[in-house]
Amino acid sequence: MAGYTPATSDDQAAMLAAIGVDSIDELFSQIPDGVKLGRPLDLEDGLSESEVYKRLADLASWNRHAEEMPSFLGAGMYDHYVPAIVDAITSRSEFLTPYTPYQPEVSQGGLQVMFEFQTAMSELTGLPVSNAGLYEGPSAAASAAYLALKATGRTGLVASRGLHPHSRETLATHAVGFGAQLTEVPLVDGLTESKALEAAIDENTAAVFLQNPNFLGSVEDIATLGEYATSKGALLIVQVDPITLSILKPPGECGADIAYGEGQPLGNRLDFGGPSFGFFCAKQEHIRRMPGRIAGETTDVDGRRGFVLALQTREQHIRREKATSNICTSQALNALGAMVHLSWLGKEGFVELGELLARRTDYARKTIAGLDGFELLHNAPVVREFAVRSDRPVEELLHMSSDPTEPAPYIPVYPLGRDYPEYEDSFLVAMTENRSVDDVHWLAHMLSHGQAGWDEHIHEHDDEGNPVETNGNVAEAADGAEVRQEAIR
Amino acid sequence: MSNAATLTETPQQADRAVTIYEKSVPGRRAVQLPPTGVEETPIDQLIPSHLLRETPAELPEVSEPDIIRHYNRISRRNFDLDTGFYPLGSCTMKYNPRLNERVAALPGHARLHPATNPADAQGALELMYLLQESLSEICGLPTVSLQPSAGSQGELAGLLLTRAYHKDKGRNPGKVLTPDTAHGTNPASVSMAGYEVVKIATNADGGVDMDDLRTKIDEDVACLMLTNPNTLGVFDENIAEMASLVHEIGGLLYYDGANLNAIMGQARPGDMGFDIVHVNLHKSFSQPHGGGGPGAGPIAVSDRVEPFIPKPQVILGKRSFVDGAWITTAVEGGAADGDLFFDLDYDRPKSIGRMRGFQGNFGVFVRSYAYILSLGGDGLSEASQLAVLNANYLKTRLSEGRAGKYLPVAFDRHCMHEFVISGAEMKKQLGIKTLDLAKRLLDFGFHPPTVYFPLLVEEAMMIEPVETEAKEHLDEFADAIEKILEEAESDPEIAQNAPYSTPVRRLDEVGATRRPVIRQL
Amino acid sequence: MSEPSYPEDLKYHPEHDWARIEGDEATLGITWYAQDSLGEVVFYEGPAIGAEVKKDEPYAEVESVKAVSDVIAPLSGEVIAVNDSLADAPEAVNADPYSTGWLVKIRLSDPSEADQLMDQAAYKASLE
Repeated sequence: MAGYTPATSDDQAAMLAAIGVDSIDELFSQIPDGVKLGRPLDLEDGLSESEVYKRLADLASWNRHAEEMPSFLGAGMYDHYVPAIVDAITSRSEFLTPYTPYQPEVSQGGLQVMFEFQTAMSELTGLPVSNAGLYEGPSAAASAAYLALKATGRTGLVASRGLHPHSRETLATHAVGFGAQLTEVPLVDGLTESKALEAAIDENTAAVFLQNPNFLGSVEDIATLGEYATSKGALLIVQVDPITLSILKPPGECGADIAYGEGQPLGNRLDFGGPSFGFFCAKQEHIRRMPGRIAGETTDVDGRRGFVLALQTREQHIRREKATSNICTSQALNALGAMVHLSWLGKEGFVELGELLARRTDYARKTIAGLDGFELLHNAPVVREFAVRSDRPVEELLHMSSDPTEPAPYIPVYPLGRDYPEYEDSFLVAMTENRSVDDVHWLAHMLSHGQAGWDEHIHEHDDEGNPVETNGNVAEAADGAEVRQEAIR
Repeated sequence: MSNAATLTETPQQADRAVTIYEKSVPGRRAVQLPPTGVEETPIDQLIPSHLLRETPAELPEVSEPDIIRHYNRISRRNFDLDTGFYPLGSCTMKYNPRLNERVAALPGHARLHPATNPADAQGALELMYLLQESLSEICGLPTVSLQPSAGSQGELAGLLLTRAYHKDKGRNPGKVLTPDTAHGTNPASVSMAGYEVVKIATNADGGVDMDDLRTKIDEDVACLMLTNPNTLGVFDENIAEMASLVHEIGGLLYYDGANLNAIMGQARPGDMGFDIVHVNLHKSFSQPHGGGGPGAGPIAVSDRVEPFIPKPQVILGKRSFVDGAWITTAVEGGAADGDLFFDLDYDRPKSIGRMRGFQGNFGVFVRSYAYILSLGGDGLSEASQLAVLNANYLKTRLSEGRAGKYLPVAFDRHCMHEFVISGAEMKKQLGIKTLDLAKRLLDFGFHPPTVYFPLLVEEAMMIEPVETEAKEHLDEFADAIEKILEEAESDPEIAQNAPYSTPVRRLDEVGATRRPVIRQL
Repeated sequence: MSEPSYPEDLKYHPEHDWARIEGDEATLGITWYAQDSLGEVVFYEGPAIGAEVKKDEPYAEVESVKAVSDVIAPLSGEVIAVNDSLADAPEAVNADPYSTGWLVKIRLSDPSEADQLMDQAAYKASLE
């Protein structure tokens, strides 16, 4: 047994004596016999720390992760470089182990981080009010819808098909409980079709959802499209990729009522999809309907500057059934990681990162579009992600083996077919600063050469993407690569 | 000392809260990005200028040493669980094993993209599957969805499942019953699911008032939401009857798993008749609280609810290549053989859909699974037993001396893993409120228990000591309460103006809410 | 207002609301007892001009830092004025619940309802 429990049998005996019972079982006497489990749990006995480590390391070894193979997967979560300073700060006991700041006098660290984070997200989105974070991107969409439905008293929701499929699905799921109806608007040439958008919005529309850049990577003209919403009294709600806010016009300057998004690209690992955080910013007039925690500045009895949870009467622990949301625990530690990362990038570095991404993406786009059997799905401007059409069926293309029945690695790009049947011959390619020009050449090579390309993966490439001779170290990697292929079951 | 400003400030108090923006100096920076490596095309040639930002976002301008100094300094303005006793009722503040952090950081887990093809993510999917199986055994229900991000989202998912279940049967009941002692997330979730909240009274023993329940159960009731033991720390013996009352009218029974730490290995919600259970991995399963998250709120469900669970669902299947494509057919758990394959199952026609993006908070699953492996079945059972022992011991200590006189326990029976005391007597006789007692505890180096919840008990204080606390910490806590009460007998103003030694003293929450300042101006 | 006060010229509702009746109009608010229980008021948002309020039913909410309270209408009528100054200074509800802390003015739809309300003596007695 481990359990991290200090109580020795002497401790237990002393406590039982003080309580006045003979055994711990007596303390469970309230549980009726018919309900008592009466047998041990059918789980393995506890393992030693070294054994647990081995089990978890084995499981980890069966995952083909971004350190092994450059990942061009995106769709809202990206393999950015998370600086070491983020780990150093988020692993501190003082940030890792406390609870929500209900006693502000001893939670000034956490509350100040929230205040700084709220400021940063407000700056990025161009909207004055920010909360301290929600769970992640798509469920923040549901929170935004809830706010719009309550604020307008209407029941209609309109979303572009450029909105992340997970956001649209999450909206649809929550709409059942909200009593709302969701309508989708198609894309044309990679962008929201503006006439269709205008036609879909009416006097019952509470909110219009757009995404920028949209799921196909295109930069949308939010200001122009947004007028269709505001002219009919609907709230304009925009899902945004926080990294692209380094160079794109912020939604607050485009007429948005609410901007939210997936925060993972800021200071958070991929972690197979979570935990990350969602950010949520709005116009001043929506402040009392905001979901989630909000830190506010104040002073103490001696006049010292301090921070508290503000506007708590919005929240579930006070307003209960009339709360603006049911959120209790959210993602404070992940928001801290984001704040540290943003501080590390800084005002200038953040812009430089956005520009680097736009330039490398442009290069990658041209390189891949230049390959035989591939063309761009659309030509709209992009920042860091783009869509490619393939002549070969995508499943077959991405499976890096000439024998389709052999378990083999898949080229790490995002097939669009499941979410967009109309684009089943296409996939998304995402860029981060972690994807070098060499990585782009590697991807191009893999896409063109399939299994042959995989066999050659162990080689380096010259500027034209042709494999060149390797040294002994890389030959070892070849063996390593073979071993990993066998381990996939 | 009672109400004058301290003449000598503590170093923490003197260290004024300066934000990272205020420490910025134009031109300072931390990052050095890699070279672009491609042509430096002007950005407005790639993206039309009317779609571009005109001015950069105001972010900090600081060096890396200044970043770490800033966050280290402000971290010390937090009280944390690693540093001291944190008996917050309903939060289960148990030790966060550092092994879990080590395994969560393995690149195979940490640098794995969620859209990785399942063939390349077998380790991650297997981990999720094994966690599902473990939670299934602990809860006594056959199917587990790991998707919900936290307890509240699990609750909402459970209510949407309820709605889908009834709709599938052609029914549309509109009400959900919850006890008046329920945690605030319960009624909030009920509203978000489009149901009407109906409250049930609590009886003198701290359990559900069965007479009140019987009058309110009718065919317009979709679901009864409970936690057992409840927020008063009391195990409700009438659970079997409650289950049959609800099931008779065709309703579902929902279990808020916040108090699971009391009963692991002792009783299982599935065996009590619950249809849907949410589990807070950041409570019973040691995920660090992180100052307010992240957590996770997986749900375990009975067979009748299974068709409706969120998608995708992690399944164990046999994989075969048919007509040029791979398909996975689900199989029951069993020894893995060469054809077995862990997959994400999207083919769930009755599913309520998605609660969120991708598969859920995988990093939390890694830690919780490591915790379950470390404890094992025997260890989890022992954890609950020791949690209940610790709570009863502390309750006994607080029934002695001044605590016994001024802070009577709300329900005088053995408690489970937590118990509630009332400060009403203390307020009447000594003139200090539960709030004052809590603030004075800060000066003694303890985090106060949960205060003013549940609403049913006047001047409530809910105490949950957890199994990872040694007996002497419980004794120290009881001794501190005794001292504070003794102090208040002679001078109530000491507690009324506490705390004195924390980085800031009592804060003006009224001003903060009347005229909110929620970002740097 | 630190000392309990219940003016003689007002009518009182058991849910701790008052009415000052002038002809076919009435000014409404919450009593000293209500503001004392609530604590320092941080927010009030009134109903819209023209809205209908119904006797014994909530017509607005008053918030303190830690609680939200429904405000019950002692009489029925149509809202003709709302105290907008409370948006910037909600503390007036605590300092002066019967004058600058007034909440709404209504045109009575059924003046006879006033007969069901308590006078000062009866309300004070109900608080014992």
